[in-house]
Amino acid sequence: MIGNFPYIAVAILIGLGVYTLIFKKNLIKIAIGITLIESGANLFLITLGYRKGAVAPIYTQAPEGMTMVLPTPQALTLTSIVIGVATTALILSIAMIIYKKYGTINTDEVRRLKE
Amino acid sequence: MSSILTHSPALVMALPLLAAFLTPVVGRFNRKILGWFISVILGLTLGITILMAIQILTNGSMIYVFGGSEAGLTLPSGYTVPIRIIFHIDAMGIFMGLITAVVSFLAAIYSLSFMQKESGLEKYYALLLLLATGMFGMEFTGDIFNFFVFLEIASISSVALIAFRSTLSGEPAEAGYKYMVVSSISALMVLFAVGLFYGQYDVLNMATIASVMQFTQLDKIALILLVTVLSMKAGSVPMHMWTPDAYSEAPAAITMVLVAASQASLYALFRVSFSLYNISLNTVTIGWIIIILGVLSMFIGVTMAIIQKDIKRLMAYHAISQTGYMLLGVGVGLAVLANPVALDSFGIKAMEGSIFHIMNHAMYKGLLFLTAGALFYRTGTRDLNKMGGLANNMFYTTIFFIIGAAAIAGIPPFNGFASKLIIYESVYKFNPLLSIIAMLVSILTLASFVKVFHSAFLGPKLEQYKKVQEVPKSMLFAMATLACIIVLFGLFPDVIVKNLVHPAVMALINQTNYTATILGGI
Amino acid sequence: MIGLLETGSGYWNAITWVIMVIAVGAVVIWLRNHGEDKYKKDTDQTKPFLSGNPEISKEDSHVSASHIYWGFTEALKHYYQPLIKLHTGNINDYSGWIVLVMAIIFIVVGVS
Repeated sequence: MIGNFPYIAVAILIGLGVYTLIFKKNLIKIAIGITLIESGANLFLITLGYRKGAVAPIYTQAPEGMTMVLPTPQALTLTSIVIGVATTALILSIAMIIYKKYGTINTDEVRRLKE
Repeated sequence: MSSILTHSPALVMALPLLAAFLTPVVGRFNRKILGWFISVILGLTLGITILMAIQILTNGSMIYVFGGSEAGLTLPSGYTVPIRIIFHIDAMGIFMGLITAVVSFLAAIYSLSFMQKESGLEKYYALLLLLATGMFGMEFTGDIFNFFVFLEIASISSVALIAFRSTLSGEPAEAGYKYMVVSSISALMVLFAVGLFYGQYDVLNMATIASVMQFTQLDKIALILLVTVLSMKAGSVPMHMWTPDAYSEAPAAITMVLVAASQASLYALFRVSFSLYNISLNTVTIGWIIIILGVLSMFIGVTMAIIQKDIKRLMAYHAISQTGYMLLGVGVGLAVLANPVALDSFGIKAMEGSIFHIMNHAMYKGLLFLTAGALFYRTGTRDLNKMGGLANNMFYTTIFFIIGAAAIAGIPPFNGFASKLIIYESVYKFNPLLSIIAMLVSILTLASFVKVFHSAFLGPKLEQYKKVQEVPKSMLFAMATLACIIVLFGLFPDVIVKNLVHPAVMALINQTNYTATILGGI
Repeated sequence: MIGLLETGSGYWNAITWVIMVIAVGAVVIWLRNHGEDKYKKDTDQTKPFLSGNPEISKEDSHVSASHIYWGFTEALKHYYQPLIKLHTGNINDYSGWIVLVMAIIFIVVGVS
């Protein structure tokens, strides 16, 4: 049962991220919510590769006879973290432009494009 | 020549990517040739895509293994599953690839004069090339994590392009922010589904997952995530509210490319439900879900479009409504997939109508957005209340607008009528009520475009537009190409349906061909 | 023949349609040219009839885009008012719709 703890953490992270996206009114807090969902997805990917009692997957320095955790999810997670950096940078700079033009970053007032 | 053909999948994706990194360098030395450089690169891409299409439609699917010792070696010695990233292009993939190539080439030609007075042009062109790369990658890849990477590349470039004009007023930035939030949610849910597939089956290649798929509970969750999120990226109701904001605030050429990007997400939805799962899922349930999403999109899209005052918001709501047609036809095809009698009788025809409608929609919606851009270029406004009487000054734009509006309303002899006729007749055999709703939506489409034509082009000549002239030649060339394609597809639809659309539909339905190409080894 | 599109339950040929339109249109124009010839330009015959009201100017009689389909929108008021109120433009609502639709599809697929 205790081996399932990372999956529970993934569910909590994604749940908190979606909660922030739906109920928080500040544009920066919505950006933080997106980062939370992304962290949850990355944690999910890394946890999938774990094998019980295994060591880090460094091919040239593995001790004899021990299994390694799967290296592919680690590559997938690295790619995803880099994409997350670009996303966060772009969304925060757009939030700055909105503040300069609108004077506010409350989502109830940043609503000129409606209906 | 034959080595260009073997490496063409990688070339088509890599050529815009490398040119995107060269664009700031070229822009530093000589600003005037920047637009021509981009047009040449995208023209070369269009040429290679056409060569690839001829090869695929005569000889079957094409695969390209990145990093393999030869291009077709999917299973190196001793391996039973493909281990490298593989581009797997069948008839459906090259169909979408042709649409993307034509649309991005015409966007570059249109931007030659449309964006001439703006600054920061090297960033604009670099982002346009990155968006083209992302779309090509989404349509050609055979690996599901690679699909996530290209989806994010396309989303990030299109957000920056939507917010491009935010120096004057704040609305483009607001539209860009909303689109970024929506596409981040969708991409992260796709990543979660990729994780679910990898955790169960240990492979990332779509054909291999399809061959070992047992439909467990986790696979059901992954399917629901993918269907919801990909139909949201395509702009279906009730998750459609980002579409009018994003399409209206982007520059006109970019809106045309964004329409093609939304259709690439629609293609991914079809790929997931037909090639990845096929009849192992409960096709009647998922088919009816897609049909209901389609009918809602059609109806709510067109009724919201009639009351709009901004010309590009009106056209964006029509884009939502036409996406409903595509979802309707393919949903009917999916719902009868397990039933071979019904599939032969009307299922294949319904899918042919929808997939033909994808290409027609990219052409006439692109033409309409380009004419809206031409109106904005000369009058400086997008508000229909302020425009009037422009048919006296802009003769060619009026002709192109009439062709585009007649095509979208489904008036013969243009191409909209051909694809809509196939959809009406085949969906009628499935359930008559859906077909009647589709015809009603078509009438309302015609009504709203008559409104646009009356407000913008007819009416008395206004004082402030006395000096308005016709738009420059590069914009006219782009619009004329699209109008010629619309007229030709309308007069000879059977050539397109027999040679491009029917192979695409058969490639989607036959999952065994899709897996045998990779696992059988070529 | 070329241009013949087979739908599942019939066929459509755009070239035949164009030829028929040109042929019938030619007959119509020929008949129309043999009609009465009482048209005089620039007299009272060419002015529009606005139920006896005077026409102030062409610019004043032009209906602007927001008012064109007033009858249609007014008749469907009960459908349009809730629909427009649903399109708030608020980013929190966009995410809310995604979660709601995903929940509905989960329930539908889980039950069936």
